Amino acid sequence: MSAVDLGMPGRRPPTAPAGVGGLQGATGFPAAAGVALGNAQLRANLGRATATIRAKRADVVAEVDDWEELRLAGEAIKRATMADLGTHLERLETEVTARGGVVHWARDAVEANAIVVDLARRAGAREVVKVKSMATQETGLNDALADAGIPAVETDLAELIVQLSGDTPSHILVPAIHRNRAEIREIFAAHMPGAPADLTDDPRHLAMAARAYLRRQFLAAGFAVSGANFAVAETGTLTVVESEGNGRMCLTLPRTLVTVMGIEKVVPSWTDLEVFLQLLPRSSTGERMNPYTSMWTGTHPGDGPAEFHLVLLDNGRTAVLADPDGRDALHCIRCSACLNVCPVYERTGGHAYGSVYPGPIGAVLSPQLTGIDGDGVNDTLPYASSLCGACFDACPVRIDIPRMLVHLRGEHVEARERSHRVPSAEAASMAAAAWVMADPRRFAAAQRASRLGRLLARGRDRLPRLPLPRPLSGWTAARDVPTPPPQTFREWWAGEHEASRGRPLRGPRDGAQDGGSAHGPGTRS
Amino acid sequence: MRIALQITCLADTLFPAVGTATVTLLERLGHEVVFPAGQTCCGQMHVNTGYRRDALGVVRHHVDVFGAALDDGAEAVVVPSGSCAGSVRHQHADVARRAGDAALAARAAAVAESTFELSELLVDVLGVTDVGAVYPHRVTYHPTCHSLRMLRVGDKPLRLLRAVRGIDLRELPAADECCGFGGTFAVKNAATSTAMLADKMRHVLSTGAEVCTAGDASCLMHIGGGLTRLRVGTRTVHLAEILASTGAAQGAGTGSAHGASSSRPTGVDR
Repeated sequence: MSAVDLGMPGRRPPTAPAGVGGLQGATGFPAAAGVALGNAQLRANLGRATATIRAKRADVVAEVDDWEELRLAGEAIKRATMADLGTHLERLETEVTARGGVVHWARDAVEANAIVVDLARRAGAREVVKVKSMATQETGLNDALADAGIPAVETDLAELIVQLSGDTPSHILVPAIHRNRAEIREIFAAHMPGAPADLTDDPRHLAMAARAYLRRQFLAAGFAVSGANFAVAETGTLTVVESEGNGRMCLTLPRTLVTVMGIEKVVPSWTDLEVFLQLLPRSSTGERMNPYTSMWTGTHPGDGPAEFHLVLLDNGRTAVLADPDGRDALHCIRCSACLNVCPVYERTGGHAYGSVYPGPIGAVLSPQLTGIDGDGVNDTLPYASSLCGACFDACPVRIDIPRMLVHLRGEHVEARERSHRVPSAEAASMAAAAWVMADPRRFAAAQRASRLGRLLARGRDRLPRLPLPRPLSGWTAARDVPTPPPQTFREWWAGEHEASRGRPLRGPRDGAQDGGSAHGPGTRS
Repeated sequence: MRIALQITCLADTLFPAVGTATVTLLERLGHEVVFPAGQTCCGQMHVNTGYRRDALGVVRHHVDVFGAALDDGAEAVVVPSGSCAGSVRHQHADVARRAGDAALAARAAAVAESTFELSELLVDVLGVTDVGAVYPHRVTYHPTCHSLRMLRVGDKPLRLLRAVRGIDLRELPAADECCGFGGTFAVKNAATSTAMLADKMRHVLSTGAEVCTAGDASCLMHIGGGLTRLRVGTRTVHLAEILASTGAAQGAGTGSAHGASSSRPTGVDR
């Protein structure tokens, strides 16, 4: 593992502060998922949407001969950048400043929100237009602005749907993926000022209505807030990729532009950017190239915003960087490919994860940003995966999410041990199992004990439904338990197979079957 | 070739027919099978549930037992499970390294190098795809996640199945989607796991197959546990059992280690 200079030897960097922003829900994943799984409309909307986007991605990725080399390049660039993140960030600051921008450093969500609110007040902004931004969803900026009496208007179509309905995003790229067009029509009709009275659920009709509404916002706004997909350190250039053109409007029309960006978004050079601009659109929207790629560098008199501020957000990222087995989560370029291929996400949707970062990447990123303490809501996230591995295969920068999930489960177990005197029932049974499994005599004795289950089976090959305690009742709610066989494999081997060795035909047999392929100790009695 | 069998704790305890079939198959192909009697479990459950310290002792025991078997003349270790082979190959050395035991990590890496999932052993090491099996049944194959994405077995199991005489192999829709087992995931997130299982069963049933096969007894226990609950009559049979089968006489009744509707379940005394 390469060394990473954190600039603060011996001290554990702080995690994101609790109670602010969108990194943590109210309930753990299993309970929240249970609610989502019962929502038939959500299941239908998500099933359709993820299947469509998965197929699109697979098609455009298959077109690229050197896709695997691009993934390797993306991974290598991210790893090298993270290994010297401080240097690249300072270079970025120098270049942005030299070109007329102002750089602010925000330790956490509270500081970032305060910086933006202060800038908006100073600019005399009565309203803020926003380009879709995960960083400000993470910090809960809209709430902070609202508290200061400054409403923020989301201009990305899906974010607008979410905002108008008082909802929260459920997907990184398609925040309203859990809504279908009939629901969107109802939201617009009820909540969008000036929505046409004859609004239908025709996608074009819906888009035109939103467009008319947003156009008024763009023309009136003097203050814009954006996120950034990338920042090129060598020239101080910020980048936003998008599909709708709303971003271009926000980035060019208002007098003041503030960009809030996680510190991990910096790339050293334009050559590095070239790799990610190939990886991102194909992975996220399943397009060869996204319709709008906006890049801006500092300020230019008479052209675009007169004032540009860049807020560099830590909010727990340095803590993630401090863990050699978890830091690759910072390589994420927010494409959402892992969400779209995840069998868990596909069925539960994003809200079950509680964080603005849902799905597999959220399950490794959110708990690291908020910290794992043994009892936290986000401690349930690393378990929200069957470890099927589809996320790694889809990830354009090869983040080994399954391995990281397993690592974070270990972090959770050990944090719980530290914070509780009495081991959990699970910990006690795991310790007992480990003791049994470290010795073949104990293991064989446990196997014999499991055969008591045969008494319950009364000759059937499945056990009857037993009133098992949680969590085992979760299995028996939908699945049968097989009856333990009369003989374990090792008993068969020690008895009949060893005894039959040296005979011309090997393997278990009896008179009832012709030789060669009988199976099962049970038939040997 | 002398081959050491890693039976897996699950097959040893609940599905011994997977082991007897593996022995039958490899002996029929002319190889010597040894069963290191000290073996217990690979420790995957501990690792994947976050109990790395508990896992360490289990991993050390596994490495001791199979390291000795390899020193003793075994040329390879075979595992009739993608996820247990995956744990040996991708987790054991890591667990040891994390605990600061570099010597154990090195020995674990050596054992891992000689450890193969059943279809890998047959196709890559022994160089066979036609194992002389006969299995006159309609079968669909579910590629388990760890065999597919951890070991990258690719189409090796399917090549083996296509060479089986009498088999009516049906393609499984959305085959590479997880069945929802995931070890302790199936109890910690039972509702989500069940939702995944329901879709897997729907796809299995859509093929009209009487048998669903796979290379992992654990995933089959999950799928089979759901199928029998529904009383649908499609049963689960491990890949090893199909490859070990040589005739219709056994074929109908052999694969019942997981199965529901077999006329002669191996798990029941005659």
